[in-house]
Amino acid sequence: MTTARAAAILLTKELRLEFRTRELLNTTVIFALVVVVLFSFAFNPTPEESRRYGPGLLWIAFLFAGSLMLHPSFGREQANNTLDALRMAPVSTFAILLGKMLANFIFLSLAEVVLVPVFAVLYNVSLAGVVGRLILVLILGTLGIVITGTVFSAVSAHARMRELLLPLLLLPILAPLLIAAVEATASLLADQPDLDRTWTTFLAGFDIVFLTASWLLCDFLLEE
Amino acid sequence: MKARIAGTALIAALVVFAGYAALYIAPDERTMHEIQRVFYFHLPAWITSFTAFTVVFLANVAYLLTRRPQWDSLGVAAAEVGVACCTIGLITGPLWARPVWGVWWTWDARLTTTFILWLLYVSYLLLRDLLEDPERRATLSAVFGIFAYLDVPLVYVSNRLWRTQHPQPVVLGGQGSGLDPTMGKVLGLCVVAIFGVMIPILMDRYRLERLRHELDELRLEVEARTSDSNSAVTPGSRKDTP
Repeated sequence: MTTARAAAILLTKELRLEFRTRELLNTTVIFALVVVVLFSFAFNPTPEESRRYGPGLLWIAFLFAGSLMLHPSFGREQANNTLDALRMAPVSTFAILLGKMLANFIFLSLAEVVLVPVFAVLYNVSLAGVVGRLILVLILGTLGIVITGTVFSAVSAHARMRELLLPLLLLPILAPLLIAAVEATASLLADQPDLDRTWTTFLAGFDIVFLTASWLLCDFLLEE
Repeated sequence: MKARIAGTALIAALVVFAGYAALYIAPDERTMHEIQRVFYFHLPAWITSFTAFTVVFLANVAYLLTRRPQWDSLGVAAAEVGVACCTIGLITGPLWARPVWGVWWTWDARLTTTFILWLLYVSYLLLRDLLEDPERRATLSAVFGIFAYLDVPLVYVSNRLWRTQHPQPVVLGGQGSGLDPTMGKVLGLCVVAIFGVMIPILMDRYRLERLRHELDELRLEVEARTSDSNSAVTPGSRKDTP
């Protein structure tokens, strides 16, 4: 079986599992909404300031949401030792990782689809005219979060205090991604919206570096 | 034992001499005066910590390739030395920055990179503490260590593009850079001194980790034997004797 096909099958399994309960999506979306609302209480921004700080707020919310939602990715497999079953399947380990990355990408993207419009309304930020470019930045940034996050979910799944450990491992690694994603988003919310190419390229580079590293290291990550 | 005492005495003498040279022999800096002398501790600490983190990365890669626990022990020893030196750098930096730049801390590229580096390797050590099975601990922390090291250039480039306040590299920099020759010699001496302190610490820490590893294995063996003979009474007994 090719890696792509195996990953697609595992992706359907992850999606079916999630959409039976929608636990992960519901909690993540609500959590991110709470962050967005609390921000308004903490800073009470004027419309001018919203545009200035909005991109940062948005990405901080995504990063926190991601670091919460990615733990169950491998944590869920532990309850019934289902990871052993996956390992025994005649598929490459990268396919297992890739299936989970794609599933997490879909979950986090769905959360963003809910959050971005709510953010635009609450903070009075106009997104008309930049939607296409914003989606590009969101895709590249979200990919970076889920690539590293899925790998670290596998790393932390075996540790004690695993729920707390994952954000600790993940958030420092994502520091460059946060800067690039915020700057790229800010370039779209400026008076003259113009996608910043340097930061967009940087985001793509971040994704490629860590996807390659995951591909090289996935056998070690999932071994018994 | 004698060689050890002699070695320690030699290193102590080296450190004292380096400290003396930094405080009294090195010439006065034209604009910053006395405070600039923190430079002789700041830069060597940074060089050592970066070297140590590179050793962690190499040890992680070597472990994954060979699966020999020695590499894992080297990784943790180097990470601890690196974090210690990085902490020295992070403390001496603000002490120097406050009188010269007027602020304790600024979010410039090199400061931010060092701070993130420190966070990453503290997480690395934390991760190791929280993983119980020795082999799994070695493998998973090696994967994390490699990811962390790959992140360092990304953090640096992103901050460089973003904002920076550090001087253009003075040491090994481009045109118009360069140190007074005496300053250069004192700096070299201080680098040697801090390596002289850190390498023995690293070696001792490595030895300690090897002993710990051996102890763990012996303990597991004893447990396996006792649980074999007791299995009828208490299946899978024991947990966490400190």
